[in-house]
Amino acid sequence: MKSSAYANLQRKIITVTLLVSFAPLIILGVTMYYQVALMCKDKTEEHIKYRARAQAQAIDLFLKERTAILSAMADTHSFNDMIDEKNLSRVFEVMNLRAGAFVDLGVIDSAGQHLAYVGPYDLSGLNYYQESWFGEVMSKGVYISDVYMGFRQLPHFIIAVRCWEGQRSWILRATIDPNIFGAIVLSAQIGKTGDAYLVNKAGIYQTHPRFSGKILTEFNLDTKMFRGGTTVIEARGSLGNRLLYAGSWSNNNKWLLVISQEPAEYMRRLFALRNTEIAIIIFGIFAIIMTTIFTTRLAVNHLRDSDAKMNELNAQLIQSDKLAALGKMATGVAHEINNPLNIIIQKTGWMEDLLAEEEFQNSENYGEYKKSIEKIEYHVERARKVVHNMLGYARKMEPHLEDVDLNRTINRTIDMLENYARDNNIDIQTDLSPDIPIIASDEAQLQQVFMNLISNSIDAIGKDGLIQVKSYRIKENITVSITDDGPGIPRDQQKKVFDPFFTTKQTGKGTGLGLWICYSIIEKLGGSLSFRSKVGEGTTFTISIPLIVPEKK
Amino acid sequence: MIKIPTRVLLVDDEKDFVEMLSLRLKEMGEKVTLAYNGQECLEILEKENIDVVILDIKMPGMDGIETLTEIKKRFPIVEVIMLTGHGTTETAVEGMKLGAFDYLMKPADFDDLTVKMEGARKRKDEQEERIRKAEATFLLRKSGNI
Amino acid sequence: MEFFNVLVVDDEEDFVETLVNRLNKRKVPATGVLSGEEAIELMKEREFDVVILDVKMPGGMDGIETLREIKKVQPLAEVLLLTGHASVETSIEGMKLGAFDYVLKPIKLEDLFPKLAEAFERKDAHDSKIRGAKIKKLLRYW
Repeated sequence: MKSSAYANLQRKIITVTLLVSFAPLIILGVTMYYQVALMCKDKTEEHIKYRARAQAQAIDLFLKERTAILSAMADTHSFNDMIDEKNLSRVFEVMNLRAGAFVDLGVIDSAGQHLAYVGPYDLSGLNYYQESWFGEVMSKGVYISDVYMGFRQLPHFIIAVRCWEGQRSWILRATIDPNIFGAIVLSAQIGKTGDAYLVNKAGIYQTHPRFSGKILTEFNLDTKMFRGGTTVIEARGSLGNRLLYAGSWSNNNKWLLVISQEPAEYMRRLFALRNTEIAIIIFGIFAIIMTTIFTTRLAVNHLRDSDAKMNELNAQLIQSDKLAALGKMATGVAHEINNPLNIIIQKTGWMEDLLAEEEFQNSENYGEYKKSIEKIEYHVERARKVVHNMLGYARKMEPHLEDVDLNRTINRTIDMLENYARDNNIDIQTDLSPDIPIIASDEAQLQQVFMNLISNSIDAIGKDGLIQVKSYRIKENITVSITDDGPGIPRDQQKKVFDPFFTTKQTGKGTGLGLWICYSIIEKLGGSLSFRSKVGEGTTFTISIPLIVPEKK
Repeated sequence: MIKIPTRVLLVDDEKDFVEMLSLRLKEMGEKVTLAYNGQECLEILEKENIDVVILDIKMPGMDGIETLTEIKKRFPIVEVIMLTGHGTTETAVEGMKLGAFDYLMKPADFDDLTVKMEGARKRKDEQEERIRKAEATFLLRKSGNI
Repeated sequence: MEFFNVLVVDDEEDFVETLVNRLNKRKVPATGVLSGEEAIELMKEREFDVVILDVKMPGGMDGIETLREIKKVQPLAEVLLLTGHASVETSIEGMKLGAFDYVLKPIKLEDLFPKLAEAFERKDAHDSKIRGAKIKKLLRYW
C-alpha cells in the first residue's frame, strides 16, 4: 500500500470513530441539559406557585381576621357606645392589640355621615354617601375595598361592616395600614429579582411592587390570563425582560397575588450545570480525539509494519522462486549447451587427429586449418567456462539429513582452505566447544556455508590477518561464529549483503550468490544467519542452527 | 608412523578358526569384527564402517558367493577376500570375477593374509580418496568464490 | 600400455562416433552404444575393460541404473562416469556404487586418457590375480 493509502485509511478510521463517539456524547449532553432545564423550570414554577398560593391564603387569612375582629367589635358594641370617640378609641386599641394593622377606625351612619373617627387623619364629619363602597357595604354587609387614594390622598383600603341595631344600621369602617399589608405581600418575593404584589381584577396594583411599577398604576399584564386558583405564566415584564409570573386569586377573587421572578434566577444554577456539562463534553471530545488519533496511528503503523514485513517476505519468496527458476533454467540450458560443446570438442579433436596424418601435412592450407581448429577449441573453452559458472549454483537445494559432527565439518572445511589462507598470511584460529553433540543436518550444505563464509573472510582481509572460528551451544541452538579483522562492511552495503547478485568483487570474480546461498541453506536447515560489522574493525558472521538430535537407528 | 587400523570383518562358521585369526589380527592393531554367517555379515556391514571382509566360501545357509554378490551389490566399495578350502579354487576364481579382491587357501598363511589385506585396504583407500577428491572439487566449485 | 577394450555409452550419436574414432585412432579398441539398454545387451556378450558412461541420458535407463546393471553383468569392468556440471553429485553417488571416477563434460582427450589408463590398470591388476588363481588351479590338477 502506498503511504497516501495509509493516511487515507487513518483519516477514515478517525472520522468514523469520532462521529460515532461524538454523536451520543453530544446528544446525551443536550438531552440532559434540556431535561434538567425542564426540571428546573418545573421546580421553580412549582415553587412560586406554591408561594403564591400560600401568600394568597395568608392574605385571605389576614383579611378574614381583620374582618372578623371588626365584625366582632361591631356586634359587641352598640352604636351609641361607638360614636363615643373615647369608647371607639378603646375598641381601636383592642383591635390593634389583637390583630394590628389598623390605621384608623370610623363609625358611619346609614346616611353616610362619618360620626366618630379614631386615627391620624381628620376625617370626622365627612359624608361617604356618594362613595361607591358605601353602597356596597350597605347592600352586602361586609366590604373590603380595593386600594384607593380616598380623602386622605394616600393609597389605602378599607374594611367595612354593617351592623343592625333594631331598625337602624350603621357601619364600622377600618383602614388597613398599607405598609403592613404591603410588607406581608412583599414577603412572598423570592431571591434578588423576585417580586410580589397584589393586583385587582382591573389590573391596578394594590401594593407597591418591588420593581415593576407603583401602587395604583396599571399592571402590565391582563389579569384574565390568570385563571381561577393559581396559575403560572411566562411573559414579558414591564421592563421588557422575560419573567415568570405566578398568580393566585384571593379576597374572593377580587385580588390577584402575583409573584414574579426572572427565569435567570433559577437558570443560574442551570447555566452552571450547562457550563460544567460543556466542559466535560469538551474534555471528553478532546480525550476521544487524542485517544482515537493515538490508537489509530498505532494501529495503522502496526498495519504498515506488518504489511512491510509481508511485502519483504513476499519479495524474499519471489526472489527465491525466481532464483530457483533461474537455477532450473540454467541447468537445462547448460546441459543443452554442454552436449553440443562436447561434440564440437570431439570433432575438432578428430580433425586434429586426422590433420596429423601425412597426406594433410603437405597441404598448402595445413597451417590455416590448424589455426582454425585451435581457434574453435579456444572459443569452445570460453563457452565451457561460461556454462561452468552458470552451473556453479544450479544444484539440488533440498537438505538431506544425516549425522553431522559440526566441529569435524568445520575442521575439514578449514583444512581445505588452509593453503589459501596461508598463502595470504592469514591465521585461522578455532575455538570449538567440545559439548556439541552429533546433529541431524546436511553436512555438504553446512560445509558449503562454512567454505563460503571463511573464504569470504579471507577475501575480505586480503593479506595478513586473523580469522576466528568459534562454535558453542546455547540451549537448543548451536552457534558458529566466524570473525575476521578485515576492513568491515560499510553501513550502506550492510542491507544488501544477502541479496543475490550483490558483490563488491571485481566483475567476473564473484557472482554475488555466495552469501545468498548460505543464507538460503541455513534457513532451509531451520537456522538463521546474521552478521555484525564495523568499518575498520571487522565482521562477524553468526550461524545459528537448531540442535536436532538424529533419530536412533 | 602411527598405523591406522584396518577395519576387518571376519565371516566364517568355524568359531575356533575365526577367534584365533581375530586374536592375531588384533595383535597387529587391526579392528576386528566377527560374523558367523552371511546374514550376520550383511547386518554388520549395514551398521559399521568396514574396510575389508574376509569371507569363508563354504558356510551353511547363505553361502560365500551369495554373500559376496550381496556385499558387492549393497556395499560396492567394501573389499572382499575369499577364504577357500581344498577343491574350491574354482569358486574363488568365480568370486574374483564377481569383484572379490583376492582369495586365500585354508589353512591361511598369516603373512599371506596380511599382505592381501593391505592390498585390499589400499584399493579401497584409493577409491575413497578419489571420491573425497571429487567431493572437494565439487564443493570448491559450488562455493564459486575460489 | 596394453590395448584394452573400451565401451562408450552416451545418447549423443555424434559424440559417441567421434570419441570411438579418436580412441581407435590411438589404437584403443572402442565400441559405442547409444543407450544403457544397448550397453547391457552388449556387455552380456562381450567383455569390456573400461566403460565410459554418460550419467544423464534421457529416456530409458539413466546412468546410475546402467551402472548398477553393469556391475551385475561384469563386476570387474571399470566405469568412468561422464558428467555435466549439474550432475556431479550423481557421479559421486556413482563412485560410491563402485564407479572408478568421473570426467567432466565437455571432455578433452588429454584429460580422459590418464583416467582411462588408471582404470585399466586397476582392472588389469585384478585380472592378473584371477589369471594367477586360474594357473594355480591348473597346477593343482597336475
